[in-house]
Amino acid sequence: MRWKSDTYSGWGRALSADGDLARPERISALKGLPPTPAFGARRSYGDACLNSDGRAIDMTRLDRILSFDPESGEVEAEAGVAVGELARIFAPQGWIPTVMPGTGFATVGGAIGMDVHGKNHHRDGAFGNHVKAIRLIHQGKAKTITPEKNAMLFKATLGGLGQTGLIVSARLQMTPIPGLAMKVRESRAGDLDEHLALLDASDAPYTVGWIDATAKGDALGRGIVEEGEHSGDLPPRDGKAKTVPADAPRFALSKPVVKAFNARYYNRIPEEGRTRLRTMSDFFFPLDRVLNWNRLYGKHGFHQFQCVVPTDAVETLRGMIDSVARSGLASPLAVLKRLGSQSAGFLSFPMEGYTLAVDFPNRARAQGLIRSLGEQTAQAGGRIYLAKDSLADGATIKAMYPDWTKWQAEADKADPERLLETDLIRRLDLRST
Amino acid sequence: MPGHTTTETWIILGATSSMARALSRALAEQGHALLLAGRDTEDMKRLAADCDARGAAWAQAVAFDARKPATFTPLIEKLSEQEGMLNAAVFVGSMPEQSAIDEDPSLIDGTVTDSFTGPARFLQMMAPLIEARGGGTVVGIGSVAGDRGRVGNYVYGAAKAGFHTYLSGLRNRLGRSGAHVVTVKPGFVDTAMTWGIEGMFLVAPPEKVAQDILRAVERKKNVIYTPFFWRYIMLIIRSIPEPIFKKLSI
Ligand SMILES: Cc1cc2nc3c(=O)[nH]c(=O)nc-3n(C[C@H](O)[C@H](O)[C@H](O)COP(=O)(O)OP(=O)(O)OC[C@H]3O[C@@H](n4cnc5c(N)ncnc54)[C@H](O)[C@@H]3O)c2cc1C
Repeated sequence: MRWKSDTYSGWGRALSADGDLARPERISALKGLPPTPAFGARRSYGDACLNSDGRAIDMTRLDRILSFDPESGEVEAEAGVAVGELARIFAPQGWIPTVMPGTGFATVGGAIGMDVHGKNHHRDGAFGNHVKAIRLIHQGKAKTITPEKNAMLFKATLGGLGQTGLIVSARLQMTPIPGLAMKVRESRAGDLDEHLALLDASDAPYTVGWIDATAKGDALGRGIVEEGEHSGDLPPRDGKAKTVPADAPRFALSKPVVKAFNARYYNRIPEEGRTRLRTMSDFFFPLDRVLNWNRLYGKHGFHQFQCVVPTDAVETLRGMIDSVARSGLASPLAVLKRLGSQSAGFLSFPMEGYTLAVDFPNRARAQGLIRSLGEQTAQAGGRIYLAKDSLADGATIKAMYPDWTKWQAEADKADPERLLETDLIRRLDLRST
Repeated sequence: MPGHTTTETWIILGATSSMARALSRALAEQGHALLLAGRDTEDMKRLAADCDARGAAWAQAVAFDARKPATFTPLIEKLSEQEGMLNAAVFVGSMPEQSAIDEDPSLIDGTVTDSFTGPARFLQMMAPLIEARGGGTVVGIGSVAGDRGRVGNYVYGAAKAGFHTYLSGLRNRLGRSGAHVVTVKPGFVDTAMTWGIEGMFLVAPPEKVAQDILRAVERKKNVIYTPFFWRYIMLIIRSIPEPIFKKLSI
């Protein structure tokens, strides 16, 4: 296996690493390999998929589907298969992955490593709730672990940031679908209370809120709630993916541009709402239509702040959205969603509550704001999502994840010499008690 | 399957390469039957499962080693048992560092066997089967390196040049019975072979190459460069007069 010295980064491009990367194409390349951190599509924003001054394995070419049962919808896939690729292949055969994050480029390995959630978390739980078995290189040996036989190790692997070993493949339970279209109801929410009420009341399988993070005062928290369900009707055609050819200049996402964009985006939905058919990729992966859209933030990159706060912390949430709106730093990408209580791993992000995700360009002022949002989250008994984070400190994170010590103990057993540590693990000192 | 009414059988030689993987998948999604031939049987079994899941009529991993002609016969027999059109795509080849060859000139034999004479011998055995069915396509993966010998990899280039010439002759022959041969000359493709090598530019994903190949098969193209602009790059490189070219190190 050839190692390539490179400078690489996560999706946010605010942090980067210098290190050596290998990208095996055959399974035999993994034999005899000393424990090495593994990454997927590097769709995590921060440093979860970075290993500065060390080696890392890019898993994206180990991307074969190993078995599929059209009766039960069970699929076994190598870790490098993209979740969106599973949907593309199996949707015409009547199945899609039960949980899909907002980007179809996330790999099976990465979806497990972060125990990702989708727009159906309130109903179906997280990705890990539908993983039936994982093939893991654990303490130098490949073994298959299941929730029944290896309860602790399994829980430490789901959302486990790759610290229990290299994920080779996984067996997943998919969900049956009646057809290729999504029937989507879009409703305006005039302010935060209306927004939360709509999210609370929704009984749709998929629910998500877009939030206008520039709106202040009476309109604070306004947005559009999307409720989706699968439909057997004929979907519209998918457009071709576009590319952002170069890093954008600074003004591309400046305050007036974002404000104008958001107002238009909001007003495009009629007051009484509307229902239309959309394609699955358009509904699940709207941002994937523009490849490399992260370059819109210019060469300094950007951050996403994502937290979840308990449902009774509405005033905290209001305060956070207010400080985002006042800062004038937010981008059009801001999402509000209700999460259910299901959680699969010790370090899984989801917990019952409201999750808020906002993108910010990487500037000193935004970093200060993100830190203060993190403090407010901690005080409200909430959590920060490690797939998005690059600024939090270890003590804060450890306090947010009550099962952290159980995870730490399992990771320690799996990798006593801490060879699997990544930049995120070191920054937060997650492997030390 | 969209656009295809009959199942055809494709044998993919050197199926573990990432270009071969991309083409196999595209063929699987069109519903064809696939014989995936190469040395790493364990890995090809995984690819066969993948092609099955994507809709191949069937997909099977079979042993093939360009340096072991004994492995050819069972494959030819297997092919002769299949109904319908027979097609082949040849991805085998090896490219040792030129410096390694300078140290050990015997490496030339293996390079030429892998990249030219091995697959040529196989195709020679398969040609009568193709002729008997009155159609079908052979896709041969050559290389832009075969268009002109360069100091960096002229042994590999020479082997590929030999293969190009062989393919052109085979095209001439098979055309008489309604079959077709496509010579594919990829530029830099993002594969394990080019990973981490200095000086790569305009590197194309293997999926792009696979799409170009399928289009060339449909349109019965003779020689394609993929991505297309390599035709112009190579036009320039070939037109440099030898007295100048021999002093360059490109
Ligand atoms: C546009 C966009 C939308 C998103 N929407 C959502 C969303 O709705 N919900 C959500 O939960 N997340 C969301 N995310 C985050 C994303 O889903 C996660 O970061 C996910 O982990 C990315 O997968 P990846 O393959 O890129 O993994 P990477 O980022 O490469 O890796 C993630 C972690 O998994 C580990 N890992 C990856 N592969 C392996 C392996 N084979 N073996 C061992 N460890 C491994 C890595 O070490 C790392 O710790 C979004 C991201 C983007 C860019």
